[in-house]
Amino acid sequence: MSKKSEIKKGDPETTGHSWDGIQEFNNPLPRWWVWVFYATIVWGIGYTIAYPAWPGIKGATAGVLGYSTRGEVAKDIARVNAANAPINARLEAAELTEISADPELQGYAASAGSAVFKTFCAQCHGSGAAGAKGYPNLLDNDWLWGGDIDAIYTTVKVGVRQPEDADGDYLRQSEMPAFGEMLEGEEIGQVVNYVMSLSGTPEDASQVDAGAVVFGENCASCHGDNGKGDRSQGAPNLSDAIWLYGGDYETLTETVTYSRRGVMPAWQDRLSEAQVRAVAAYVHQLGGGE
Amino acid sequence: MSSNPEPSLYAAREPVFPKRVKGKFRNLKWYIMAITLGIYYLTPWIRWDRGPSLPDQAVLVDLANRRFFFFMIEIWPHEFYFVAGLLIMAGLGLFLFTSALGRVWCGYACPQTVWTDLFILVERWIEGDRNARLRLHRQKKWDLRKLRLRLTKMIVWLFIGLATGGAWVFYFTDAPALLQDLLNGTAHSIAYTTIAVLTFTTVFFGAIAREQICIYACPWPRIQAAMMDEETLTVGYRHWRGEPRGKGKRTADSELGDCIDCMACVNVCPVGIDIRDGQQMECITCALCIDACDEMMEKVGKPRGLVDYLAVGDEAHETAGNAPRSIWKHHFLRPRTLLYTGLWSLVGVFLVVALFMRSDIDVTVAPVRNPTYVTLADGSIRNTYEVRLRNKQGEVRPFRVTARGDPVLRIELEGTPYETVNVPADQIRLQRVYVIAPKGSAPAESARTDIRIWVEDISNGDRVYKNTVFNGRNN
Repeated sequence: MSKKSEIKKGDPETTGHSWDGIQEFNNPLPRWWVWVFYATIVWGIGYTIAYPAWPGIKGATAGVLGYSTRGEVAKDIARVNAANAPINARLEAAELTEISADPELQGYAASAGSAVFKTFCAQCHGSGAAGAKGYPNLLDNDWLWGGDIDAIYTTVKVGVRQPEDADGDYLRQSEMPAFGEMLEGEEIGQVVNYVMSLSGTPEDASQVDAGAVVFGENCASCHGDNGKGDRSQGAPNLSDAIWLYGGDYETLTETVTYSRRGVMPAWQDRLSEAQVRAVAAYVHQLGGGE
Repeated sequence: MSSNPEPSLYAAREPVFPKRVKGKFRNLKWYIMAITLGIYYLTPWIRWDRGPSLPDQAVLVDLANRRFFFFMIEIWPHEFYFVAGLLIMAGLGLFLFTSALGRVWCGYACPQTVWTDLFILVERWIEGDRNARLRLHRQKKWDLRKLRLRLTKMIVWLFIGLATGGAWVFYFTDAPALLQDLLNGTAHSIAYTTIAVLTFTTVFFGAIAREQICIYACPWPRIQAAMMDEETLTVGYRHWRGEPRGKGKRTADSELGDCIDCMACVNVCPVGIDIRDGQQMECITCALCIDACDEMMEKVGKPRGLVDYLAVGDEAHETAGNAPRSIWKHHFLRPRTLLYTGLWSLVGVFLVVALFMRSDIDVTVAPVRNPTYVTLADGSIRNTYEVRLRNKQGEVRPFRVTARGDPVLRIELEGTPYETVNVPADQIRLQRVYVIAPKGSAPAESARTDIRIWVEDISNGDRVYKNTVFNGRNN
């Protein structure tokens, strides 16, 4: 017989269970607590009926309330679009050059444009708009087709070197010939040295004068007499510190010999008017806008 | 053991009918109730002039504009550390009071206690004191009188709940305008929902659930035990003086103690316990049993303090025949309480200093690192900084932005040819700022140059700066 456990006067009653002399005090749970527990079970069952819950072969039960997280996202997007509709309408109605004078519109255009840019433009121009070899840096103050907001807007809209658009517009077109077929190797070397001399030091200074002649006969019609470029045909300024493909002897030789033909998609069919305007305003305020 | 019937594992709630009591602790509780409820209900109606473009409500949590107004103080979201500091102070304050006075928060200041007290007061006004309420409770038949009393009580309770839930929403928007909207039925549905939910919870927790919340739902009593020690004051019974208890006259050879077993302490208890059973987890140390017992002791001509604020350590001390110890010396001024007081004050001083050191201009400078620098057409090097200018005043202010670090550096602001921009009242302006180093200059060719961006309010000369770096071509 094991030793009897001591139960003192004033202790709670026991449950009556006794094992090897060990007894169990009974500190009863409040009854309402048990009812709360049952209520949570009922609630849980109701929840699985009301909301998507039970997994099946082809998917889970849909729930009688018709709730879905995708539906919530769609609702959120619709709500945001509806909320933005008035300011989008204002953006579409405004003169492009006057957006920046309206702080509210400018703030909206810059942040909406930032979202558009990161979705559609960042793949080529980089998320910081710094560009890459062959893809223009949008932060600097050198523009191929113009850097005021109207020019940026048009470039975004029609792209660069795209076929004629639905309106019959035929903008942002130009073509540099591949001079490898037209000039002698020696002449190409000369003109490259001349072009290098415009912005810095040529590879071989003795060829610069001859290069100037070649440049005047072949290049100046587009790039201008002093190589300052021509924005009406997207001809780059060759006298500044900025190079789209590179300003060293080898790269320039390659450019002159084979030409370049950078393209950019026309966004007018893929983005809304408000989005095009927003992204133009965003790019314009990155630091290079004119 | 078949003779022992299986007891139920669940217990029905024991109804509690606290009796009215008079005394110094009851009076103290009345005062605290009046002050705390007064603060809660009236604060949103206090006006505070902040100028034309800011709200004139003294205490306002402006969620839409992300501002918190407290009289002369305005807290912006980035200053949320003030709220964190206040919460730390509240925590340390609770530690301090708990280590000195046990569950004094529960007994006097907890909203659950204050509102329950208010609801019991209403119940007593309508249904009568303990005995009348007990009779009403035991009366099985729902006659007109019982129906009328119960209905009146419930309506008054609901009004209190409504006022409580209603006062809450006034903290979040302009109170007079919202009251008008609420009465016209034109307020936002969130306001009505909040009021409805809080009305329900107030009545349910304070009037119906009452002590069940303290005993079963609240975690605080469980945490408090860790902060109490044998010198912590709590409400206790001097059993060495009171026992053996018994009714009847004390004669010279009587062995009875001072306790006359009148049950006054039990009848007034709002959580339905007998303090003479010793310390219990249900006890919220409201001290009403002290008042009740003192009144009885006075009537029978015995000294007060049979039920009293006592610490566990007092028992050994007093059973040895010593006089009660000084409350201040032995219970309040201890290393533990002094430490909590010190920490509490330290946080408080830090917050006050931080509050008065705040500048009315606040600037953050984030260098744009994608890309780290841009080469311009003339070969100069440009860095971009996103500068957030915070104007914490109620009027438009002109801020001039300048850069120091190297004399060749030039500053430009996006969207304006000037160095000065206007920041609207009580707003942030995000300004792109360009710093340009000419081609071939030292900052342009080196890796990094330390620079300092100054922002000055040109209307009054207030200025602040932020240090940052200029990245050159070789960074």
